[in-house]
Amino acid sequence: MQPKPDSIEYSKKTYKPLIARAEYWPVMQLSRNRRSFIEEVTEASIERILEAKPSRAALVEELETTLHREKLRIKGNPWAVDPEDDAQYWGEVQRILVNISSDTNGKTAGQEKELLRSIINRYAEEIAGSFQHSSYRFARRAITFGFSRLLNASRVKGFGSLWSNQYTLQDKLHIAGETDHIRSLAQRGVVVMVPTHFSNLDSILIGWVIHVLGLPPFIYGAGLNLFNIGVIAYFMNSLGAYKVDRRKKNVIYLETLKTYSNLAIQSGCHSLFFPGGTRSRSGKLEKRLKLGLLTSAMEAQRDMYQKHSGTEAKKIFIVPVSINYNFVLEAPSLINEYLKIKGQERYYVESDKYSNSYKILKFLVKFFTKGSDISVSIGRGMDLLGNFVDDEGNSYDNNGKLIDTRDYFVSNGVVNKDKQREQEYTRMLSEAIVKEYHRINRVFPSHLVAFVAFEMLQKKYEKLDLFSLLRLSDDELIIPYEEFKTTFERLRNAVVDLYHQNKVHVDPKLTGDVDKVIMHGLKNVGMYHSKRTLKRNKQGDITTEDMNTLFYYHNRLVGYDLEQHI
Amino acid sequence: MGKGDKAIGVIGAGSFGLAMANMLAEKNDVLLYARRLESVEHMLQHDSYKGKPLHTRIRATNNLEELAGQCNVIFPIVPSSSFRSMMQDLAPYLHPYHILIHGSKGLDICMPKGVDPRSNPSKIDRSCIRTMSEVIREESVVVRIGCLAGPNLATELIQKQPAATVVASHFKEVINEGIRLLRTDRFQVYGSPDLVGVELCGVLKNIIAIASGAISGLGLGSNAQALLISRGMVEMIYLGRALGGDVHAFIGLAGVGDLVATCTSKLSRNFTVGYRLAQGETLEEILSSMEEIAEGVHTVQIMKSLAENLKVRAPITQLLYKVLFEGMKVEVALQYLMKYPFNIDVDFL
Repeated sequence: MQPKPDSIEYSKKTYKPLIARAEYWPVMQLSRNRRSFIEEVTEASIERILEAKPSRAALVEELETTLHREKLRIKGNPWAVDPEDDAQYWGEVQRILVNISSDTNGKTAGQEKELLRSIINRYAEEIAGSFQHSSYRFARRAITFGFSRLLNASRVKGFGSLWSNQYTLQDKLHIAGETDHIRSLAQRGVVVMVPTHFSNLDSILIGWVIHVLGLPPFIYGAGLNLFNIGVIAYFMNSLGAYKVDRRKKNVIYLETLKTYSNLAIQSGCHSLFFPGGTRSRSGKLEKRLKLGLLTSAMEAQRDMYQKHSGTEAKKIFIVPVSINYNFVLEAPSLINEYLKIKGQERYYVESDKYSNSYKILKFLVKFFTKGSDISVSIGRGMDLLGNFVDDEGNSYDNNGKLIDTRDYFVSNGVVNKDKQREQEYTRMLSEAIVKEYHRINRVFPSHLVAFVAFEMLQKKYEKLDLFSLLRLSDDELIIPYEEFKTTFERLRNAVVDLYHQNKVHVDPKLTGDVDKVIMHGLKNVGMYHSKRTLKRNKQGDITTEDMNTLFYYHNRLVGYDLEQHI
Repeated sequence: MGKGDKAIGVIGAGSFGLAMANMLAEKNDVLLYARRLESVEHMLQHDSYKGKPLHTRIRATNNLEELAGQCNVIFPIVPSSSFRSMMQDLAPYLHPYHILIHGSKGLDICMPKGVDPRSNPSKIDRSCIRTMSEVIREESVVVRIGCLAGPNLATELIQKQPAATVVASHFKEVINEGIRLLRTDRFQVYGSPDLVGVELCGVLKNIIAIASGAISGLGLGSNAQALLISRGMVEMIYLGRALGGDVHAFIGLAGVGDLVATCTSKLSRNFTVGYRLAQGETLEEILSSMEEIAEGVHTVQIMKSLAENLKVRAPITQLLYKVLFEGMKVEVALQYLMKYPFNIDVDFL
């Protein structure tokens, strides 16, 4: 059951929707029953909190901590999307808490639980998305229509080109990998898609991919900060997103969020997690995943095995997805943040300066009118322990033995809850996901030229640490073309070797005449940044205008031990 | 079905396997697997085996399928050299609900295809070495894995002398199961989450045990013995770290505890190898006359290549290799050690 290497060439296919009528989409049913679902989430979250904080004193202390953090957030880091009554609400919470803690004769007994309910309910309301079919349809059409207009306008010459349908979105955005497999799994269980995360555009892109593959809409936790950005907020809301506020790190919020995700999965909603947490700052493939939401999938699976016997329990399938760009809009700011953290500068503020609506639109126009491709690779599905599954959803171990996933949750003949065990399982799952990311990652010419150039410079200035290397002046950053070409060829062979061992994937543009591949890579790497990441100078040699973004794009191929071939 | 109802499995009827089976039998029925049919038949008909008593609740079997079917918890205790093939035989009958707690103190070498570790020692790195828990993961669907390590000389356990052990696992469930099954008035059980660290303690201490036996065989006194044990401990930590173990395990019961026991007791097989070497016997003579495998000999080979490859300072292992395989005299090796330029006592904490 080990996945085989996918062919290098892309194929263009059309897929019929799995569930034609929108009212049968799980996400539709969820949004129709929004009120009762929020109620369910609230009750289940209360139970979880009370389990962790069984005594009154412990609960009150937790509430006080939450209040304290919320007040800090309101004062220190307010956002446009925050509800207007935020300050007022937490003021009221404070008043009640003061009463409770000064109470010595038990008059306020029970109030702490009411308060907990109120807070959880508020959080659940905030988290819950508001999926509407009409706007989903509109958003989807807008994306497909808008994108293909732009595409055709740039490629088909002559009058009326704006209305030509010669090119479709799939010419620009390639979908590769286990596409039929994921469709098959979506009919047999609940799919949890876990893509790599490099850009704010990822969620829109994935939303489109899900639609093209004919899958019903997925729900996903999108960073609340994205809802600050007008255009994206609209698409998010309509694509089934629920909101995740990364500023809120209090236990009550996190438990509510996990419960929401858990129950949505149990109700059959396919879900999308970005398990890296935030966009990759360094440009590296995710190595360490955030386990929070994966834990909720783990719990949902165990819950379902506990509630249902035999095959009636729905199985959850984890499907890793890798998104491959030549160009990441936010690269310069992301890498700067990364370097600041690495350089341990004490003050660093998360900013989204490259992410306003105007910039994104501008990018889209450029993207479709110039030649830069994006590919999305769908990985092989796996069960919650990271065992690969076949099209029917059966799990197999490394030696091809059939496994009943339920058995992982069984102790002495019965499915039981064991938090520590599930934590460990989640860690194992995340390792399997990271491995699959590396396997399905597509090497673009742009990735490889960046990798080779940066590594060559690093080797040339062996004695310098990273920060000194990044500060070298332009005339020190020149690599003679012939030397570059020889090394590039060697590295390309190494990459192709890895591909044959099924350890990485390659883009069709990486094959063929070396000079052309290098040209293509140079042209595309970080192509819209104001400072070119790589270019050839007047003598034809390779040089860079921006070491930071070169470092960023180079990082994409870190983790394959390719450095030894430089 | 209550927890107590199922029999506990033990694989391997060597001296440690027998000792563990007897201890487990104090609380539960035990199914003991032996590879050789004669052994099984002997055990079924007698109440002792190889001079060691057999508890009445121990039943011997030659059938791995039966063992896996009847037992949720299994203790594989076979030499590392046959561990992988044993796992391959057992794997078809295992399910993810099984718990495996092994008691083997060796390493498995797993070279890329076509590379012979003997002709190519410089290629040995961490990726070629598997601890027993890693072998279990590779060969089966079992994930709830643990290991046993500590000062547990089989002969003393059989004599029901007081002792203690460490059960290490990533899973609390496994540790608790180990404690529940093994803990008695005279046997203390500690838990540790550092599975690889504890496994490595058990593996690496065998090297030092051979060296210690040699010191003893030369007729040297306690000063020399103590010198070797404490410097051996430092060497274990260096090698352990190179293999991904944490320092903490080494200063615990499975590390220093086991080290002291095996380095001072003539009951230890590895100690005996060193002792007889110093008395002038050759390795071949010693190994051919021993009933059971001394894991340390194999471990020295692996760790010597690894230490050279990763540039880890491991003088005891390197000199021991020369004594074992290149005919260096124990006295000469000792002189080298005394001239070795150590200067800092402890630099790993």
